[in-house]
Amino acid sequence: MDQTDTLQTVEQILDEPGAPVVMFDRVKLAFDEQVVLQDVSFTLLKGHTKIILGASGSGKSTTLKIITGLLRADQGVVWVNGARVDQLNERQMMAVRGDLGMIFQEGALFDSLTVRENVGYKLYEETDMPIEQVDRRVEEVLGFIGLGEYIDRMPSELSGGQRRRVAIARAMAFKPRILLYDEATTGLDPITATTVDDEIIKLRDLEKVSSIVVTHQLRDAFYVATHMAERDASGKVTIRAATPEKEREAEFIMLKDGLICFEGDAAALRQSTDPYLKEFLS
Amino acid sequence: MIPLINSWLKKAAQEVQEYVCLVGATLQAIVSPPLYRHDIVEQIDQIGVGSLTVVLLTGFFTGAALASQSGLTLDQFGARPVVGRLVSASMIKELGPVLTALMLTGRIGSGIAAELGSMVVTDQINALRALGTDPIRKLVVPRVLAGFLMAPVLTVVADFVGIFGGWIVARFQLQVATGLYWSSVTQGLYMQDVWMGLIKPFALGFVIVTIACHVGLRTRGGTQGVGKATTIAVVAGSVAVIAVDFFVTQLLISLIY
Repeated sequence: MDQTDTLQTVEQILDEPGAPVVMFDRVKLAFDEQVVLQDVSFTLLKGHTKIILGASGSGKSTTLKIITGLLRADQGVVWVNGARVDQLNERQMMAVRGDLGMIFQEGALFDSLTVRENVGYKLYEETDMPIEQVDRRVEEVLGFIGLGEYIDRMPSELSGGQRRRVAIARAMAFKPRILLYDEATTGLDPITATTVDDEIIKLRDLEKVSSIVVTHQLRDAFYVATHMAERDASGKVTIRAATPEKEREAEFIMLKDGLICFEGDAAALRQSTDPYLKEFLS
Repeated sequence: MIPLINSWLKKAAQEVQEYVCLVGATLQAIVSPPLYRHDIVEQIDQIGVGSLTVVLLTGFFTGAALASQSGLTLDQFGARPVVGRLVSASMIKELGPVLTALMLTGRIGSGIAAELGSMVVTDQINALRALGTDPIRKLVVPRVLAGFLMAPVLTVVADFVGIFGGWIVARFQLQVATGLYWSSVTQGLYMQDVWMGLIKPFALGFVIVTIACHVGLRTRGGTQGVGKATTIAVVAGSVAVIAVDFFVTQLLISLIY
Protein backbone atom coordinates (compact mmCIF):
# COMPACT_ATOMS: atom_id res chain seq x y z
CA MET A 1 0.00 0.00 0.00
CA ASP A 2 1.57 3.32 -1.03
CA GLN A 3 1.29 6.66 0.76
CA THR A 4 -1.64 7.85 -1.42
CA ASP A 5 -3.67 4.79 -0.43
CA THR A 6 -2.86 5.43 3.22
CA LEU A 7 -3.95 9.06 2.94
CA GLN A 8 -7.20 8.02 1.26
CA THR A 9 -7.83 5.57 4.08
CA VAL A 10 -7.27 8.33 6.65
CA GLU A 11 -9.69 10.60 4.77
CA GLN A 12 -12.26 7.81 4.55
CA ILE A 13 -11.97 7.12 8.27
CA LEU A 14 -12.32 10.82 9.09
CA ASP A 15 -15.41 11.07 6.87
CA GLU A 16 -17.29 8.52 8.98
CA PRO A 17 -19.54 9.83 11.77
CA GLY A 18 -17.94 9.57 15.19
CA ALA A 19 -14.38 9.38 13.80
CA PRO A 20 -11.66 10.56 16.19
CA VAL A 21 -10.55 13.99 14.92
CA VAL A 22 -8.36 15.02 17.87
CA MET A 23 -6.54 12.57 20.11
CA PHE A 24 -4.31 13.33 23.08
CA ASP A 25 -2.37 10.35 24.39
CA ARG A 26 -0.42 10.78 27.64
CA VAL A 27 0.63 14.32 26.82
CA LYS A 28 3.10 16.07 29.11
CA LEU A 29 4.38 19.64 29.02
CA ALA A 30 6.44 21.72 31.45
CA PHE A 31 7.89 25.22 31.29
CA ASP A 32 11.20 24.91 33.17
CA GLU A 33 10.23 23.64 36.64
CA GLN A 34 6.51 24.35 36.23
CA VAL A 35 4.57 21.31 35.04
CA VAL A 36 1.51 22.43 33.05
CA LEU A 37 0.23 19.11 31.71
CA GLN A 38 1.26 15.93 33.52
CA ASP A 39 -0.54 13.11 31.79
CA VAL A 40 -3.47 14.19 29.66
CA SER A 41 -5.37 11.85 27.36
CA PHE A 42 -8.69 12.44 25.62
CA THR A 43 -10.37 12.01 22.25
CA LEU A 44 -12.67 14.40 20.37
CA LEU A 45 -15.06 12.64 18.05
CA LYS A 46 -16.31 14.13 14.80
CA GLY A 47 -19.25 16.49 15.29
CA HIS A 48 -18.92 16.33 19.07
CA THR A 49 -17.99 19.02 21.59
CA LYS A 50 -15.35 18.77 24.29
CA ILE A 51 -15.65 21.38 27.03
CA ILE A 52 -12.46 21.84 29.01
CA LEU A 53 -12.97 23.35 32.44
CA GLY A 54 -10.43 24.26 35.06
CA ALA A 55 -9.03 27.01 37.21
CA SER A 56 -6.68 29.64 35.77
CA GLY A 57 -3.28 28.13 34.97
CA SER A 58 -4.61 24.57 34.86
CA GLY A 59 -3.41 24.07 31.27
CA LYS A 60 -6.65 24.65 29.33
CA SER A 61 -5.30 27.17 26.81
CA THR A 62 -2.03 25.23 26.61
CA THR A 63 -4.01 22.18 25.45
CA LEU A 64 -5.45 24.19 22.53
CA LYS A 65 -2.03 25.60 21.65
CA ILE A 66 -0.63 22.06 21.48
CA ILE A 67 -3.43 21.02 19.12
CA THR A 68 -2.70 23.94 16.76
CA GLY A 69 1.05 23.36 17.01
CA LEU A 70 1.69 26.76 18.61
CA LEU A 71 3.31 24.81 21.46
CA ARG A 72 5.00 21.43 21.30
CA ALA A 73 4.38 18.73 23.93
CA ASP A 74 7.43 17.39 25.79
CA GLN A 75 6.04 13.86 25.70
CA GLY A 76 3.03 11.98 24.40
CA VAL A 77 1.22 11.70 21.10
CA VAL A 78 -1.18 14.23 19.57
CA TRP A 79 -3.28 13.36 16.52
CA VAL A 80 -5.27 16.01 14.65
CA ASN A 81 -7.28 14.97 11.60
CA GLY A 82 -5.06 11.93 11.10
CA ALA A 83 -1.76 13.81 11.41
CA ARG A 84 0.68 13.36 14.31
CA VAL A 85 1.20 17.04 15.09
CA ASP A 86 3.76 16.35 17.82
CA GLN A 87 6.16 15.24 15.08
CA LEU A 88 5.48 17.95 12.49
CA ASN A 89 7.61 21.02 11.90
CA GLU A 90 6.14 24.52 11.48
CA ARG A 91 5.93 24.20 7.68
CA GLN A 92 4.13 20.83 7.84
CA MET A 93 1.78 22.19 10.51
CA MET A 94 0.46 24.77 8.03
CA ALA A 95 -1.40 21.96 6.18
CA VAL A 96 -3.01 20.72 9.43
CA ARG A 97 -4.01 24.29 10.36
CA GLY A 98 -5.92 24.49 7.08
CA ASP A 99 -8.65 22.43 8.74
CA LEU A 100 -8.38 23.96 12.18
CA GLY A 101 -9.85 27.26 13.36
CA MET A 102 -8.98 28.87 16.67
CA ILE A 103 -10.73 31.66 18.52
CA PHE A 104 -8.30 33.35 20.90
CA GLN A 105 -8.99 35.06 24.22
CA GLU A 106 -9.96 38.68 23.44
CA GLY A 107 -10.37 37.70 19.77
CA ALA A 108 -6.80 38.54 18.63
CA LEU A 109 -8.17 40.40 15.60
CA PHE A 110 -5.60 42.14 13.39
CA ASP A 111 -6.11 45.72 14.55
CA SER A 112 -4.78 47.34 11.36
CA LEU A 113 -7.27 45.45 9.15
CA THR A 114 -11.01 46.00 8.70
CA VAL A 115 -13.59 43.41 9.73
CA ARG A 116 -13.79 42.29 6.06
CA GLU A 117 -10.01 41.86 5.82
CA ASN A 118 -9.87 40.08 9.17
CA VAL A 119 -12.62 37.60 8.33
CA GLY A 120 -11.31 36.91 4.83
CA TYR A 121 -7.64 37.01 5.86
CA LYS A 122 -6.80 33.38 5.16
CA LEU A 123 -8.78 33.29 1.92
CA TYR A 124 -7.27 36.57 0.65
CA GLU A 125 -3.69 35.80 1.66
CA GLU A 126 -3.24 32.04 1.64
CA THR A 127 -5.48 30.76 -1.16
CA ASP A 128 -5.93 31.40 -4.89
CA MET A 129 -9.67 31.98 -4.50
CA PRO A 130 -10.88 34.89 -6.69
CA ILE A 131 -11.47 38.14 -4.74
CA GLU A 132 -15.20 38.24 -5.66
CA GLN A 133 -15.66 34.73 -4.26
CA VAL A 134 -13.80 35.63 -1.07
CA ASP A 135 -15.93 38.76 -0.67
CA ARG A 136 -19.08 36.66 -1.06
CA ARG A 137 -17.85 34.15 1.55
CA VAL A 138 -16.96 36.96 3.97
CA GLU A 139 -20.42 38.51 3.58
CA GLU A 140 -22.04 35.10 4.02
CA VAL A 141 -20.10 34.36 7.21
CA LEU A 142 -20.73 37.82 8.67
CA GLY A 143 -24.41 37.38 7.85
CA PHE A 144 -24.38 34.02 9.68
CA ILE A 145 -23.13 35.69 12.88
CA GLY A 146 -25.35 38.74 12.35
CA LEU A 147 -22.63 41.36 11.85
CA GLY A 148 -23.07 42.05 8.14
CA GLU A 149 -23.38 45.82 8.61
CA TYR A 150 -20.00 46.02 10.41
CA ILE A 151 -18.03 44.72 7.44
CA ASP A 152 -16.03 47.91 6.83
CA ARG A 153 -15.45 48.84 10.48
CA MET A 154 -12.10 48.56 12.24
CA PRO A 155 -11.84 46.16 15.23
CA SER A 156 -11.36 49.14 17.58
CA GLU A 157 -14.86 50.33 16.63
CA LEU A 158 -16.50 47.09 17.83
CA SER A 159 -17.69 46.07 21.29
CA GLY A 160 -16.08 43.14 23.14
CA GLY A 161 -18.85 40.74 22.13
CA GLN A 162 -18.75 41.85 18.50
CA ARG A 163 -14.98 41.34 18.42
CA ARG A 164 -15.37 37.74 19.67
CA ARG A 165 -18.04 37.08 17.07
CA VAL A 166 -15.83 38.50 14.31
CA ALA A 167 -13.07 36.21 15.61
CA ILE A 168 -15.48 33.28 15.25
CA ALA A 169 -16.33 34.45 11.72
CA ARG A 170 -12.61 34.64 10.87
CA ALA A 171 -12.06 31.12 12.17
CA MET A 172 -15.03 29.67 10.26
CA ALA A 173 -14.54 31.56 6.97
CA PHE A 174 -12.32 28.88 5.45
CA LYS A 175 -14.70 26.11 6.60
CA PRO A 176 -12.48 24.18 9.02
CA ARG A 177 -13.80 20.90 10.38
CA ILE A 178 -12.53 21.61 13.88
CA LEU A 179 -12.93 24.83 15.90
CA LEU A 180 -11.10 25.60 19.13
CA TYR A 181 -12.54 28.26 21.43
CA ASP A 182 -10.16 29.72 24.01
CA GLU A 183 -12.22 31.54 26.66
CA ALA A 184 -14.51 32.94 23.95
CA THR A 185 -16.96 34.39 26.48
CA THR A 186 -14.65 35.51 29.28
CA GLY A 187 -15.18 39.13 30.26
CA LEU A 188 -18.52 39.45 28.44
CA ASP A 189 -21.83 40.24 30.06
CA PRO A 190 -24.30 37.28 30.24
CA ILE A 191 -26.47 38.48 27.32
CA THR A 192 -23.51 39.02 24.98
CA ALA A 193 -21.95 35.75 26.16
CA THR A 194 -25.16 33.95 25.18
CA THR A 195 -24.95 35.35 21.62
CA VAL A 196 -21.41 33.95 21.37
CA ASP A 197 -22.59 30.60 22.83
CA ASP A 198 -25.37 30.52 20.22
CA GLU A 199 -22.75 30.88 17.45
CA ILE A 200 -20.80 27.95 18.90
CA ILE A 201 -23.96 25.83 18.97
CA LYS A 202 -25.01 26.89 15.44
CA LEU A 203 -21.60 26.04 14.00
CA ARG A 204 -21.61 22.64 15.70
CA ASP A 205 -25.15 21.64 14.79
CA LEU A 206 -25.70 23.35 11.44
CA GLU A 207 -22.17 23.32 9.98
CA LYS A 208 -21.19 20.00 11.62
CA VAL A 209 -18.01 21.43 13.10
CA SER A 210 -16.26 19.49 15.88
CA SER A 211 -15.41 21.84 18.74
CA ILE A 212 -13.24 22.12 21.80
CA VAL A 213 -14.45 24.85 24.14
CA VAL A 214 -12.06 26.03 26.84
CA THR A 215 -13.71 28.11 29.55
CA HIS A 216 -14.05 28.65 33.25
CA GLN A 217 -17.51 30.19 32.78
CA LEU A 218 -19.79 27.40 33.99
CA ARG A 219 -22.94 29.10 32.77
CA ASP A 220 -21.64 29.16 29.19
CA ALA A 221 -20.21 25.65 29.39
CA PHE A 222 -23.56 24.16 30.45
CA TYR A 223 -25.48 26.31 27.96
CA VAL A 224 -23.38 24.99 25.04
CA ALA A 225 -23.66 21.41 26.33
CA THR A 226 -27.40 21.43 26.91
CA HIS A 227 -28.69 23.32 23.87
CA MET A 228 -28.94 22.56 20.19
CA ALA A 229 -29.61 24.53 17.01
CA GLU A 230 -32.21 23.66 14.41
CA ARG A 231 -33.12 25.23 11.07
CA ASP A 232 -36.80 25.01 10.10
CA ALA A 233 -38.22 24.75 6.58
CA SER A 234 -38.28 28.54 6.19
CA GLY A 235 -34.56 28.67 7.02
CA LYS A 236 -35.06 30.21 10.45
CA VAL A 237 -32.58 29.01 13.07
CA THR A 238 -33.78 28.32 16.60
CA ILE A 239 -31.81 27.36 19.69
CA ARG A 240 -33.61 24.98 22.04
CA ALA A 241 -32.90 22.50 24.81
CA ALA A 242 -30.88 19.55 23.52
CA THR A 243 -32.26 16.04 23.27
CA PRO A 244 -30.61 13.49 25.63
CA GLU A 245 -28.71 12.00 22.66
CA LYS A 246 -27.44 15.41 21.61
CA GLU A 247 -26.50 16.26 25.18
CA ARG A 248 -24.31 13.16 25.33
CA GLU A 249 -22.31 14.49 22.36
CA ALA A 250 -20.95 17.26 24.58
CA GLU A 251 -18.40 15.96 27.03
CA PHE A 252 -16.76 17.84 29.90
CA ILE A 253 -13.13 17.54 30.94
CA MET A 254 -11.96 19.05 34.21
CA LEU A 255 -8.26 19.82 34.48
CA LYS A 256 -6.57 20.06 37.86
CA ASP A 257 -2.82 20.28 38.47
CA GLY A 258 -2.09 19.16 34.91
CA LEU A 259 -4.27 16.05 35.17
CA ILE A 260 -7.80 15.23 34.08
CA CYS A 261 -9.84 14.86 37.27
CA PHE A 262 -13.21 14.38 35.54
CA GLU A 263 -14.47 13.33 32.12
CA GLY A 264 -18.14 12.89 31.32
CA ASP A 265 -21.35 14.58 30.16
CA ALA A 266 -23.27 17.43 31.80
CA ALA A 267 -25.48 15.10 33.86
CA ALA A 268 -22.48 13.18 35.22
CA LEU A 269 -20.72 16.44 36.09
CA ARG A 270 -23.73 17.73 38.00
CA GLN A 271 -24.03 14.47 39.94
CA SER A 272 -20.35 14.19 40.79
CA THR A 273 -19.55 13.91 44.49
CA ASP A 274 -15.89 14.88 44.09
CA PRO A 275 -15.21 17.70 46.61
CA TYR A 276 -13.09 19.72 44.12
CA LEU A 277 -15.78 19.48 41.42
CA LYS A 278 -18.49 20.40 43.90
CA GLU A 279 -16.50 23.44 44.99
CA PHE A 280 -15.82 24.42 41.38
CA LEU A 281 -19.50 24.09 40.45
CA SER A 282 -20.80 25.91 43.49
CA MET B 1 28.95 37.59 41.73
CA ILE B 2 30.10 34.74 39.46
CA PRO B 3 26.60 33.18 39.19
CA LEU B 4 25.32 36.63 38.23
CA ILE B 5 27.92 36.97 35.47
CA ASN B 6 27.17 33.41 34.36
CA SER B 7 23.48 34.10 34.12
CA TRP B 8 24.11 37.38 32.23
CA LEU B 9 26.45 35.61 29.79
CA LYS B 10 23.94 32.79 29.23
CA LYS B 11 21.19 35.32 28.58
CA ALA B 12 23.38 37.27 26.15
CA ALA B 13 24.41 34.07 24.33
CA GLN B 14 20.77 33.01 24.06
CA GLU B 15 19.82 36.43 22.71
CA VAL B 16 22.55 36.28 20.05
CA GLN B 17 21.57 32.70 19.17
CA GLU B 18 17.93 33.68 18.69
CA TYR B 19 18.93 36.73 16.62
CA VAL B 20 21.08 34.54 14.37
CA CYS B 21 18.20 32.03 14.04
CA LEU B 22 15.84 34.85 13.02
CA VAL B 23 18.33 36.15 10.46
CA GLY B 24 18.78 32.60 9.09
CA ALA B 25 15.03 32.03 8.86
CA THR B 26 14.58 35.43 7.19
CA LEU B 27 17.25 34.75 4.55
CA GLN B 28 15.71 31.35 3.88
CA ALA B 29 12.24 32.90 3.56
CA ILE B 30 13.53 35.57 1.13
CA VAL B 31 14.73 32.97 -1.36
CA SER B 32 11.72 30.63 -1.17
CA PRO B 33 7.99 31.14 -1.86
CA PRO B 34 5.57 32.50 -0.78
CA LEU B 35 6.68 36.15 -0.89
CA TYR B 36 4.05 38.69 0.19
CA ARG B 37 4.73 41.25 -2.56
CA HIS B 38 2.11 43.83 -1.59
CA ASP B 39 3.49 43.88 1.98
CA ILE B 40 6.98 44.54 0.58
CA VAL B 41 5.68 47.47 -1.50
CA GLU B 42 3.78 48.79 1.54
CA GLN B 43 6.91 48.61 3.70
CA ILE B 44 9.05 50.26 1.02
CA ASP B 45 6.55 53.10 1.06
CA GLN B 46 6.47 53.31 4.87
CA ILE B 47 10.22 52.98 5.41
CA GLY B 48 11.43 54.76 2.27
CA VAL B 49 8.94 57.49 1.45
CA GLY B 50 7.86 57.87 5.08
CA SER B 51 11.43 58.56 6.25
CA LEU B 52 12.19 61.07 3.50
CA THR B 53 11.37 64.22 5.48
CA VAL B 54 13.48 63.33 8.48
CA VAL B 55 16.40 62.27 6.27
CA LEU B 56 16.17 65.46 4.16
CA LEU B 57 16.22 67.68 7.24
CA THR B 58 19.03 65.74 8.93
CA GLY B 59 21.15 65.68 5.79
CA PHE B 60 20.66 69.37 5.03
CA PHE B 61 21.51 70.66 8.49
CA THR B 62 24.44 68.26 8.93
CA GLY B 63 25.99 69.42 5.63
CA ALA B 64 25.38 73.07 6.51
CA ALA B 65 26.87 72.74 10.01
CA LEU B 66 29.81 70.79 8.62
CA ALA B 67 30.60 73.54 6.09
CA SER B 68 30.23 76.20 8.74
CA GLN B 69 32.53 74.43 11.24
CA SER B 70 35.15 73.32 8.73
CA GLY B 71 35.20 76.82 7.20
CA LEU B 72 36.56 78.15 10.47
CA THR B 73 39.26 75.48 10.65
CA LEU B 74 40.22 75.77 6.99
CA ASP B 75 40.60 79.55 7.38
CA GLN B 76 43.59 78.90 9.66
CA PHE B 77 45.38 77.35 6.66
CA GLY B 78 43.94 79.73 4.07
CA ALA B 79 42.13 76.75 2.54
CA ARG B 80 38.55 77.98 2.65
CA PRO B 81 37.96 77.27 -1.07
CA VAL B 82 38.34 73.48 -0.50
CA VAL B 83 35.42 73.37 1.96
CA GLY B 84 33.38 71.47 -0.65
CA ARG B 85 35.94 68.67 -0.72
CA LEU B 86 35.67 68.25 3.05
CA VAL B 87 31.89 68.35 3.07
CA SER B 88 31.48 65.82 0.25
CA ALA B 89 34.07 63.37 1.58
CA SER B 90 32.65 63.50 5.12
CA MET B 91 29.02 63.24 4.01
CA ILE B 92 29.45 60.48 1.46
CA LYS B 93 31.91 58.28 3.34
CA GLU B 94 30.70 58.60 6.91
CA LEU B 95 28.07 61.09 8.00
CA GLY B 96 25.49 60.32 5.32
CA PRO B 97 25.34 56.55 5.96
CA VAL B 98 25.63 56.76 9.76
CA LEU B 99 23.24 59.66 10.36
CA THR B 100 20.66 58.23 7.96
CA ALA B 101 20.93 54.88 9.72
CA LEU B 102 20.55 56.52 13.14
CA MET B 103 17.49 58.42 11.94
CA LEU B 104 16.03 55.19 10.56
CA THR B 105 16.70 53.44 13.87
CA GLY B 106 14.76 56.13 15.70
CA ARG B 107 11.93 56.24 13.23
CA ILE B 108 11.43 52.73 11.89
CA GLY B 109 13.31 50.63 14.45
CA SER B 110 11.06 51.86 17.23
CA GLY B 111 7.96 51.57 15.03
CA ILE B 112 8.68 47.99 14.01
CA ALA B 113 9.47 46.88 17.58
CA ALA B 114 6.28 48.54 18.89
CA GLU B 115 4.09 47.11 16.11
CA LEU B 116 5.40 43.54 16.35
CA GLY B 117 5.53 43.76 20.15
CA SER B 118 1.85 44.71 20.38
CA MET B 119 0.99 41.92 17.96
CA VAL B 120 2.80 39.44 20.22
CA VAL B 121 1.14 40.55 23.46
CA THR B 122 -2.35 40.61 21.91
CA ASP B 123 -1.91 37.10 20.44
CA GLN B 124 -2.06 38.41 16.85
CA ILE B 125 1.18 36.58 15.98
CA ASN B 126 -0.30 33.32 17.29
CA ALA B 127 -3.49 34.08 15.34
CA LEU B 128 -1.41 34.51 12.17
CA ARG B 129 0.26 31.14 12.75
CA ALA B 130 -3.07 29.50 13.52
CA LEU B 131 -4.39 30.87 10.21
CA GLY B 132 -1.50 29.20 8.39
CA THR B 133 0.72 32.26 7.86
CA ASP B 134 4.40 32.23 8.75
CA PRO B 135 5.03 35.51 10.69
CA ILE B 136 8.63 35.62 9.42
CA ARG B 137 7.46 35.65 5.79
CA LYS B 138 4.51 37.97 6.38
CA LEU B 139 6.03 40.47 8.81
CA VAL B 140 9.82 40.18 8.94
CA VAL B 141 10.77 39.60 5.30
CA PRO B 142 8.92 42.66 3.87
CA ARG B 143 10.43 44.94 6.53
CA VAL B 144 13.95 43.56 6.12
CA LEU B 145 13.82 43.84 2.33
CA ALA B 146 12.42 47.38 2.55
CA GLY B 147 15.08 48.44 5.08
CA PHE B 148 17.86 46.79 3.08
CA LEU B 149 16.80 48.46 -0.18
CA MET B 150 15.69 51.85 1.09
CA ALA B 151 18.59 52.67 3.46
CA PRO B 152 21.03 53.18 0.50
CA VAL B 153 18.46 55.25 -1.41
CA LEU B 154 17.84 57.48 1.62
CA THR B 155 21.58 57.75 2.23
CA VAL B 156 22.17 59.01 -1.31
CA VAL B 157 19.41 61.57 -0.77
CA ALA B 158 20.95 62.63 2.55
CA ASP B 159 24.40 62.92 0.94
CA PHE B 160 23.10 65.11 -1.86
CA VAL B 161 21.05 67.35 0.41
CA GLY B 162 23.99 67.61 2.85
CA ILE B 163 26.32 68.76 0.08
CA PHE B 164 23.63 71.20 -1.02
CA GLY B 165 23.34 72.52 2.57
CA GLY B 166 27.11 72.89 2.58
CA TRP B 167 26.92 74.92 -0.63
CA ILE B 168 24.36 77.33 0.92
CA VAL B 169 26.71 78.02 3.84
CA ALA B 170 29.81 78.12 1.63
CA ARG B 171 28.21 80.55 -0.81
CA PHE B 172 26.39 82.94 1.56
CA GLN B 173 28.39 82.68 4.80
CA LEU B 174 31.89 81.73 3.74
CA GLN B 175 31.66 83.66 0.43
CA VAL B 176 33.09 80.77 -1.60
CA ALA B 177 32.20 80.97 -5.29
CA THR B 178 29.63 78.42 -6.46
CA GLY B 179 31.86 77.02 -9.24
CA LEU B 180 34.76 76.65 -6.86
CA TYR B 181 32.60 74.82 -4.31
CA TRP B 182 31.19 72.31 -6.77
CA SER B 183 34.49 71.62 -8.49
CA SER B 184 36.00 71.06 -5.04
CA VAL B 185 33.16 68.64 -4.22
CA THR B 186 33.93 66.44 -7.24
CA GLN B 187 37.70 66.78 -7.06
CA GLY B 188 37.83 65.51 -3.52
CA LEU B 189 35.88 62.35 -4.29
CA TYR B 190 37.33 59.03 -5.40
CA MET B 191 35.34 56.10 -6.73
CA GLN B 192 36.29 54.08 -3.62
CA ASP B 193 34.61 56.73 -1.46
CA VAL B 194 31.42 56.39 -3.45
CA TRP B 195 31.50 52.59 -3.08
CA MET B 196 32.12 52.99 0.64
CA GLY B 197 29.12 55.31 0.93
CA LEU B 198 26.90 52.99 -1.11
CA ILE B 199 27.79 49.63 0.39
CA LYS B 200 27.61 50.60 4.07
CA PRO B 201 23.90 51.54 4.09
CA PHE B 202 22.90 48.07 2.83
CA ALA B 203 24.52 46.50 5.91
CA LEU B 204 23.17 49.19 8.25
CA GLY B 205 19.60 48.94 6.88
CA PHE B 206 19.65 45.16 7.29
CA VAL B 207 20.98 45.36 10.87
CA ILE B 208 18.51 48.05 12.02
CA VAL B 209 15.43 46.16 10.79
CA THR B 210 16.51 42.66 11.87
CA ILE B 211 17.30 43.92 15.39
CA ALA B 212 13.94 45.72 15.59
CA CYS B 213 12.07 42.61 14.38
CA HIS B 214 13.97 40.36 16.80
CA VAL B 215 13.26 42.64 19.76
CA GLY B 216 9.60 43.09 18.73
CA LEU B 217 8.95 39.37 18.34
CA ARG B 218 10.49 38.64 21.76
CA THR B 219 8.23 41.11 23.57
CA ARG B 220 6.73 39.82 26.82
CA GLY B 221 4.54 41.40 29.47
CA GLY B 222 1.78 43.57 28.03
CA THR B 223 2.00 47.28 27.25
CA GLN B 224 4.95 47.76 29.61
CA GLY B 225 6.80 45.10 27.63
CA VAL B 226 6.00 46.91 24.36
CA GLY B 227 7.48 50.14 25.75
CA LYS B 228 10.58 48.28 26.89
CA ALA B 229 10.96 46.57 23.51
CA THR B 230 10.74 49.93 21.73
CA THR B 231 13.49 51.40 23.91
CA ILE B 232 15.71 48.33 23.47
CA ALA B 233 15.22 48.39 19.70
CA VAL B 234 16.36 52.03 19.48
CA VAL B 235 19.30 51.66 21.89
CA ALA B 236 20.53 48.33 20.51
CA GLY B 237 19.95 49.51 16.93
CA SER B 238 21.89 52.74 17.45
CA VAL B 239 24.85 50.98 19.09
CA ALA B 240 24.80 48.35 16.35
CA VAL B 241 24.83 51.07 13.66
CA ILE B 242 28.00 52.63 15.10
CA ALA B 243 29.67 49.24 15.62
CA VAL B 244 28.71 47.81 12.23
CA ASP B 245 29.80 51.06 10.58
CA PHE B 246 33.26 50.65 12.13
CA PHE B 247 33.66 47.01 11.10
CA VAL B 248 32.31 47.48 7.57
CA THR B 249 34.57 50.52 7.14
CA GLN B 250 37.60 48.44 8.18
CA LEU B 251 36.56 45.66 5.82
CA LEU B 252 36.00 47.98 2.88
CA ILE B 253 39.29 49.85 3.46
CA SER B 254 41.12 46.54 3.28
CA LEU B 255 39.17 45.43 0.21
CA ILE B 256 38.76 48.45 -2.06
CA TYR B 257 41.43 51.01 -1.16
